[in-house]
Amino acid sequence: MQQIFNFVIRNKTFLLFLLLFSIALALTIQSHSYHRSKFINSANFLTGGVYGTMNSVDQYFNLKVENEILAKENKLLREQIFNKLSQTDSSYIDSTYSKGQYRVTIADVYKNSYSASNNILTLNKGQKHNIKEDFGVMTSNGIVGIIDNTSNNYSTVISILNTKNSINAKLKSSNHIGSLTWNAQSPNIVQLEDVSQYAPVKIGDTIETGGESSIFPKGIGIGTISDFESDISGDTYTIQVKLFNDMTNLGTVYIIENLNRTEVLNLENSSNE
Amino acid sequence: MNNVIGLNTIRFIILLLLQVMICNHIDLFGYINPYIYIIFIFLFPIKDERLVLLLTSFLLGMLVDLFSDSGGVHAAAAVSLAYARPVLLKSSFGMLYEHHSIKFSTTDLGSLIGYITIGTFIHHFILFSLEIFNISNILLILKKTLFSSIFTIILSVLIIILFSRNKK
Repeated sequence: MQQIFNFVIRNKTFLLFLLLFSIALALTIQSHSYHRSKFINSANFLTGGVYGTMNSVDQYFNLKVENEILAKENKLLREQIFNKLSQTDSSYIDSTYSKGQYRVTIADVYKNSYSASNNILTLNKGQKHNIKEDFGVMTSNGIVGIIDNTSNNYSTVISILNTKNSINAKLKSSNHIGSLTWNAQSPNIVQLEDVSQYAPVKIGDTIETGGESSIFPKGIGIGTISDFESDISGDTYTIQVKLFNDMTNLGTVYIIENLNRTEVLNLENSSNE
Repeated sequence: MNNVIGLNTIRFIILLLLQVMICNHIDLFGYINPYIYIIFIFLFPIKDERLVLLLTSFLLGMLVDLFSDSGGVHAAAAVSLAYARPVLLKSSFGMLYEHHSIKFSTTDLGSLIGYITIGTFIHHFILFSLEIFNISNILLILKKTLFSSIFTIILSVLIIILFSRNKK
């Protein structure tokens, strides 16, 4: 017994180092698995408060650019409204049946990151605003990521610039699908993998969301094809996609909730059993 | 004594805020960020307990992790640097360390830069290895370590010269 105590006292520095290092290592490993970074994340009052103060200063520098984006989007929305009006003008609309499938919430980006290999953003909306895990996040240009953790007032987003992520996407010109991943090389380029060799892939074509994931609506733009190559086996293409979004400059984003998501998931689960 | 604790507490808070509010968002050429919070570990008083240094380094790393959503990579790297510090001090300052008479404000600038350079490389290598966590990306790890280290070393040496060296 005496010897054990002596051993502990003699090696206390090394043992403490070992303990702290293993705690840190455990947290690291746990953060590398998808949806597991529960303890250490920036969706809490301390970091949220600091980032909030920073954001309120930072916003002034981007006002002009933000205004231009908003003006552009207003124009787009107006066009859509007018088109819609002219289409449905003569048909019968029952307001109880035409309830939208998607609910949209506006949020400010409190923390953006794009230089790590697993990038995570912090937004200023949380459980209080009905934000939950697995909601989609996009800007007027295209998709940004998926909600991961939420606290009362803040939430974190797994960005598309994250090696853990894979989002369903398709070619706009045909219905060939693939999954969107990132190789941590450039914040403007993501990879679309497992696209069938029969797909008509052309440089400059648009890639959009596939609507299979039940997170994003179908047809939201992601980017254009900048390069592509077929795999070693020759069965599939890997496509380099240049993003529409400038991921290094995000101000205001939209959080999208699919109101039918639980229904879709339940249905899929029951057919799997 | 209280003066030393006060000075280190203030240094801790200022370096943490500088790191998370400014340095984490520099992103030079897209991915190069300096990690200047390790100055705290470099300049920690030498006579004090090593256990205190280990615990405060862990806390500092953990707080940086909290702000940058990186799990425990900064904590692991900071604790390793704190543990390796006596060896670095001995190799860079030699006899001065043996006699417990190093004063960072008056030591020779060359050995100080050597000490910071080796320490920064160790810290950054552990940091990026854990962050990328994939041995097949070893080239990316080394590239990030090299460029970020250069940035960190330049900033650290400038900050130390500006703020904590006695004017002659």
